[in-house]
Amino acid sequence: MTIHRRKFITALGAGAVASTAGCTQLGGGGDGGSEGGDNQPSVAGETLTLTTTTSTYDTGLLDAIHTDFEEMYGVTVDAVAQGTGAALESARNGDADVVMVHARGLEDEFLRNGYGVNRRDLMFNDFVIVGPESDPAGVQGMDSATDALTAIAEAEAAFVSRGDNSGTHTKELNLWEAAGTEPGGDWYQEIGAGMGEALNNANQQGAYTLSDRGTFISQRSEIDLTILVQGPIEDGPEILANPYGVMAVNPGVHDNANYDLAMAYIGWITSPETQDAISDYQSNGEQLFFPEAVSENPDFQQYVPQGWSSDSSDE
Amino acid sequence: MPIEPVAQLLSPFLDLPFRDGYVWSIIYVSLYVSVTAVALSTLFSVPVAVMIGFSEFPGKGVVKSVINTGMGFPSVVVGLLVLFAVSNQGPLGSLELVFTREAMIMSQFVLATPPITAISLAAVSGVDDGVRDAARALGGTRLDAALVVLKEARYGIATAILAGFGRAVSEVGSVLIVGGNITSADGISKTRTLTTAIQLEARQGQYETAMILGAVLVALVLTVNAVVVHFGDGGVNR
Repeated sequence: MTIHRRKFITALGAGAVASTAGCTQLGGGGDGGSEGGDNQPSVAGETLTLTTTTSTYDTGLLDAIHTDFEEMYGVTVDAVAQGTGAALESARNGDADVVMVHARGLEDEFLRNGYGVNRRDLMFNDFVIVGPESDPAGVQGMDSATDALTAIAEAEAAFVSRGDNSGTHTKELNLWEAAGTEPGGDWYQEIGAGMGEALNNANQQGAYTLSDRGTFISQRSEIDLTILVQGPIEDGPEILANPYGVMAVNPGVHDNANYDLAMAYIGWITSPETQDAISDYQSNGEQLFFPEAVSENPDFQQYVPQGWSSDSSDE
Repeated sequence: MPIEPVAQLLSPFLDLPFRDGYVWSIIYVSLYVSVTAVALSTLFSVPVAVMIGFSEFPGKGVVKSVINTGMGFPSVVVGLLVLFAVSNQGPLGSLELVFTREAMIMSQFVLATPPITAISLAAVSGVDDGVRDAARALGGTRLDAALVVLKEARYGIATAILAGFGRAVSEVGSVLIVGGNITSADGISKTRTLTTAIQLEARQGQYETAMILGAVLVALVLTVNAVVVHFGDGGVNR
């Protein structure tokens, strides 16, 4: 019975969104909405579409915190886990209201092209280089990620690459570039799959791979891989930092984007309470994400593409 | 509804790593999307198959080839085409269908139509011409003749519908793209089907739970097949 009732409510909600979609633009600051009753915010019944990365979704973080937002506003959050590249592409096509991803270069391009507005730094964790305990390339304990990759390339030890234009894949390619090594050959395998599959693939063949710490922790009990090069959370190199950002889709480009709800979401997820909830979220007894939205210091660079300044000739 | 007691009976097996109602909601979405798509496709495909089967025209062979080719159309490509259509940028963008069950039904309709049409066409064509001639000779209209042929071909058409259902319920590529594999935060499916749930588990390396869901999918297809075959046989015995 719960299934049926739930579906009915969903259908009601979807119908309400469809039927009021046109009004939202005109009504702005109207009389508080009719469908939700007097005590409900006027957004009640609307749906917010969030496209995001597999790491935020697969670790269970979003399901754990979203209930709070849904209850606060009486709305539904549709979280679509796609990987950074695909999440931004969906938003570019106007199929999302808000995006949460982790590849600053791609986010900046998205901002520069006018698709995203109001970017905030959200949280971070880090990447780690994992591999078999036998460690054929001898990278254990190295404090340089690029040296470790160079060693893996020189030993031609098996390395599994996501190969899916995700944030992790983007980071991996940046690392190879920083190491001055062009990966290739039988030992380097692009599998075109998510982080969990990549970890399992690497586990099966005793290969190295680059993983975000969160996904690795949530799967560690099922695989034999171990962390060989730590990220900055455990005093590893800063280059392995993994910052997540959140942005609203520009309503000037896509006028059907649910901009006010997207901004409500960004306000909520960067609030001290939600940042605490992110901090408290654990998997296998370990914290997965470290909030960084709440700060005493003004961090202007979070709002603009990295390195942008109003004095520069750029734009 | 018998679903509650069955749920309780199976819960020791099904609830393992999942939240309450999760498995049932994805089964529901799988069935809702695939059954609707196949029903719509059947309403479209069977008349088309009868029309093609009953008429002779130049290029009939080409039409058949096109339909047969459609059976092998990759579901991911269908998903991308439907996504282009329903995306905000696409021709149907104003309907806001992206990441909805309706979009999933559209893509599964496209996937199920070629096999249903092709197998129905083969079934209709296989009915002895004498049956149709007899119907006409007894004073029947073209519609009467068509109904008689459909009755003769019903087992083949049931097979066609099952083939279409099998294609729809088991494909993962298109529903993942146009549906988005969404559940609510409390674990009730909105656009997550059994296949996309399996894909999600596999992505996370949870191969065991993926296999459990796979077994559920097989059981579901088996049940639907048994029901359809039962009705098919019932018709024969009558």
